[in-house]
Amino acid sequence: MSESTIDLRAIWNESGVEAVLEKLDAELIGLAPVKKRIREIASLLVVDKVRRDMQLAAGAPSLHMSFTGNPGTGKTTVALRMADLLHKLGYSRTGHLVAVTRDDLVGQYIGHTAPKTKEVLKKAMGGVLFIDEAYYLYRPENERDYGQEAIEILLQVMENNRDDLVVILAGYKDRMENFFRSNPGMSSRVAHHIDFPDYTDDELLAIGELILKDWNYALSPRAQKVFGDYIERRRAQPHFANARSIRNALDRARLRQARRLLEEGGAVDKTALQTIEAEDILQSRVLAGVRAVGGKAGP
Amino acid sequence: MMTNPGNRITQGQFSFLPDLTDAQITAQIKYALNHGWAVSVEYTDDPHPRNTYWEMYGNPMFDLKDPAGILMEINECRKTFPSHYIRVMAFDSTRGVESPAMSFIVNRPKNEPGFGLTRQEGPGREIRYTVTSYAAHKPEGERYS
Repeated sequence: MSESTIDLRAIWNESGVEAVLEKLDAELIGLAPVKKRIREIASLLVVDKVRRDMQLAAGAPSLHMSFTGNPGTGKTTVALRMADLLHKLGYSRTGHLVAVTRDDLVGQYIGHTAPKTKEVLKKAMGGVLFIDEAYYLYRPENERDYGQEAIEILLQVMENNRDDLVVILAGYKDRMENFFRSNPGMSSRVAHHIDFPDYTDDELLAIGELILKDWNYALSPRAQKVFGDYIERRRAQPHFANARSIRNALDRARLRQARRLLEEGGAVDKTALQTIEAEDILQSRVLAGVRAVGGKAGP
Repeated sequence: MMTNPGNRITQGQFSFLPDLTDAQITAQIKYALNHGWAVSVEYTDDPHPRNTYWEMYGNPMFDLKDPAGILMEINECRKTFPSHYIRVMAFDSTRGVESPAMSFIVNRPKNEPGFGLTRQEGPGREIRYTVTSYAAHKPEGERYS
C-alpha cells in the first residue's frame, strides 16, 4: 500500500492560522508562555484535522480552557483571538465570543438559575463561552447558593456538546486553583490550563506606546522617561491592574493634555495635538512625591 | 380520506414529507437564523387544524448564532413531551412583517388516529360539517399516551 504524504506546512498556511498567531504576536506584548501554548494548541488541532482526514480516529480533542492570571494581563483579549483561531481551524462554527460573569449565569431565587444558564449556553453555541471570574460561581460559605446549580448545568453541556461549544474559564490564579480543587468534575473537563504572567515594566511601557499609537498619540522623549517612572511607582500601589492601569493612566494623561493645550492658548499644530508631554504625566498623584521636591508624598 | 394515509396531520411546512432528521432540522434553523428570525419551540396535543396558538416551550430564542442551541431546546421538549406535537417557529420581527416566517413540525405522536367528520342538520335541510380529532376526546395531557 502506498502511503500518500501530506504537507502539514501547506495545510497550516492554508488555514490562515499563521495570520492570527502573527497578529497575536504583533498586538500582544510579552506573554511568551501564553503565545507558546496557543501555538502548541493550534499545531495539535492542525495535526488532528489531518489525522481525521486520514481516518486516524482519536476522539474530538477537548478544547475547554482555563486562563489564570492577575487583572489586566490580557485574558479576555486572548480569548477573543482564541475564538477566531478555533473558527479558522474549523473547531468552532461561528467563532463568536460570549463573555459572561456570575450574574449572567446564576439566578436569584429557586428555579431561576437553570433557565438563565441555559439561555447563555444557547447563545454561546457554535462559538466560545468566556466566563470571567469563574471562581465566583462556587461559594462554599453559603450552602444555599445557586452557583453550584449553574456549575452542574455547565458541566453537562461541556461534556455533551463538546463539538458545539468551547468554554474558557478565567480568573485569578489562587482563587481558580481553589475553585478547581472544590470542583473536581470541572477540573477534569478542562484540558488546557494557561497561566498569564504579570508584565514587566518594559513590557508595560511598550503596551502604553501601542495603546497611544492606536489612539494616534505619541509620548515625547521626556514623557517616555517619566512614564517609565510612573509605571514603576504605580506597580507598588494597591489595585494595580497591569495593562488596564496603563490604559487608565493614559486616558487621564489625554485629559490633562487637552486642558494644557487650551490653557496655553489656542494655536496648535498636528504634532502638538498628538504629543503627550512629560508634564501631562507628572501631574498624576502617583508621581506627587517626585514633583514636590523634598515634600511628603501625595495621597 | 385516503389522500393522507396514516392520518398524519399536515400543518406548516414539510408536513407531507417523512419526519425531518435532526440534520435537516438543523439546516432549516440555520436558514432562519441567517435571516435574523427569532426561533421558538411550541407544543400541543390538540391536533385540530384551527388550533393555531400552541403552548410555548420556554421563551423565544433571540440573539442565537448557531442552531445547536435550538436543537438542544427541541430535544429537551421532546424529552418532556414525547408524544405531543412539537413545532419550531421562526418569527420575523421586521417592521411591517411581524409574523411567523416558518413553522414546521419536529415531533408527532406515534399513533395519530385522525379526524372524524360530524354532520349537523340545520334549518331547511342545511348541513353543517365539522371535524373532530378522535384523540381529542380524552382530557389534555392524556391524549396519545
